Amino acid sequence: MTSEDKSGNGSPTRRRILAVLAGTLGLVALAEMAWIALAFMRPRGRRRGAVGMIVAGPVDRFAPGSVTAFPEGRFYLARLKDGGFLALDRTCTHLGCTVPWVASQERFVCPCHASAFDIRGDVLSPPAPRALDLLPVRIENGIVKVETGRPIRRRRFQRDQVTRG
Amino acid sequence: MPMTEKDQGTEERRSLPARVWRSIFRGPVVPRTDQERKWVVFNTLVLHLRPIRVPASTLKFSHTFGLGGSCLVLFLLLAATGLLMMFVYVPSPERAYDSVVALEDDVAFGSLVRGVHHWSANLLVVFAALHMLRVFLTGGFLGPRQFNWIVGLCLLLWVLAANFTGYLLPWDQLSYWAITISTGMVTYLPGAGPGLQEIVRGGGEIGAATLINFYALHTTFLPILFLSFGAWHFWRVRKAKGVVRPRRADGSPAGPEESVLFLPNLLLREVALALALLAGMVVLATLLGAPLGERANPGMSPNPAKAPWYFVGFQELLLHLHPFFAVCVIPLCAALALALLPYLRTEEEDATGIWFRSARGRRLAAWTAGLGALLGVGGVLFDELVLTGGRAVDASGAFVARGLVPFALLLVGLALFARFLRRRRGATRDEAVLAIFCLLAVVFVALTVIGYGFRGEGMALRWP
Repeated sequence: MTSEDKSGNGSPTRRRILAVLAGTLGLVALAEMAWIALAFMRPRGRRRGAVGMIVAGPVDRFAPGSVTAFPEGRFYLARLKDGGFLALDRTCTHLGCTVPWVASQERFVCPCHASAFDIRGDVLSPPAPRALDLLPVRIENGIVKVETGRPIRRRRFQRDQVTRG
Repeated sequence: MPMTEKDQGTEERRSLPARVWRSIFRGPVVPRTDQERKWVVFNTLVLHLRPIRVPASTLKFSHTFGLGGSCLVLFLLLAATGLLMMFVYVPSPERAYDSVVALEDDVAFGSLVRGVHHWSANLLVVFAALHMLRVFLTGGFLGPRQFNWIVGLCLLLWVLAANFTGYLLPWDQLSYWAITISTGMVTYLPGAGPGLQEIVRGGGEIGAATLINFYALHTTFLPILFLSFGAWHFWRVRKAKGVVRPRRADGSPAGPEESVLFLPNLLLREVALALALLAGMVVLATLLGAPLGERANPGMSPNPAKAPWYFVGFQELLLHLHPFFAVCVIPLCAALALALLPYLRTEEEDATGIWFRSARGRRLAAWTAGLGALLGVGGVLFDELVLTGGRAVDASGAFVARGLVPFALLLVGLALFARFLRRRRGATRDEAVLAIFCLLAVVFVALTVIGYGFRGEGMALRWP
């Protein structure tokens, strides 16, 4: 008989279970604290509901085949040759640089790693892994409006992404 | 000598200033005998952290190059200059850049303080890496020092994190886009990537939340980690009875075997090194200063946009490999391998304290390092000129062609190379590990040098 057995009235198995339980509770408490810290660090401001709307202007202001920059909304409004609209996030999908529209080459060229995108946002040359993000476009009474703050990821261009007046 | 009860009588006859002096310094201020020196080391708050005696053979400069101590000196310099700058700097996107400009132009010695901070920070990365290299090459991570290697790796990670978070604070074009690129790399971590990026940035893009995140990490969180892990690191060195004792390649002790007093033998050497470093930092800060570019402009990426220099090696990898391998698989494997290094040791031969383990180890390290330089430079050139650097590979097939295949080739190549070293060159396991470490370390350095110096517009290769 060991002294432990004399002082307590529990079996070694019960002690062991209690010790494991207490240890588990301690770990749960630690995990909770870590979770609180992480939740505390979660993005503040500009979260859900912080979506903005930018009124781009009347449809005929944008010539087919043109790209117009909206720096305040951090996007480009592209009007395709067939008259459809696409709002493209200006952030390169590779590492997040801002891509300028090079009108002479009719493509977006990223200055950081030379990724290139066509007017629909499709990748013309890597390293960018996917097409430029989209912002939702609405046309109400001939006025183009773009919803900002919630870019939509996509692999490549598809017809149904285009908004027509 | 220290005051004893017997001295109390004479004490009362002294003048007031003398008694105040004696109350502060209860023993000799300038010790003159060995007995007094021991007393001073034992009874002074800071010196008491050090041993009374140290092995004479460890004093030789070329044994440790004072790299660990230099890191501590640089940390103290960073803390002092950083604290000063906190009185001027404003962590908000609207005012950060102007406050740094004011620091440079209007605040007395502001430019010097910022320069010392800048150069100490960058050299700390270099010195910490060199210190790690020295410990590895002299087998200073074996035996009782195994776990201290892991503590040291954590410290290296904190150094990189502190450097990285400090990089954003000036809010100029360089810092804004370097952090954009580096946090952009995070999105390639599968699953957790985008969420992790949002936590680091405090939102979708770099802005006020990012700046305050980085500021809090840089000025409070990481310094606390430095102090605690630094204390742990030094304490474990002390518990391992100091740094490793140097030995010759044949295993015999290098240098005298006796121990000498810490004060003055080691302390004076340390103070001399600290002063030399301080002078070096002031000279660098005066001659070169700290760079400050144009105010950050989220609408215009500079060309080229590069990560901070210590991450440029990974950015270079990103030009050649699939992102999942470049920023996730390879860094994780490297970190894991580094953490396992002290546990790969074999019992067959104790090489603690011998540079490069043995004469054969030294030869192997020399030519594998050369091979590493060739492989690093040759690999980049081959990929760029023959395989046309990732640009010809379409994104869908890249995971296999630019990820799995090269990674598998790397692993098989290393395994065959290790076999070759052991079978054909008669290397022990320790020596084979050493040679492969040297090879990979030099490859990484080569990638960093190419990425930093030899990449121009659009990240195209160019002569610097």
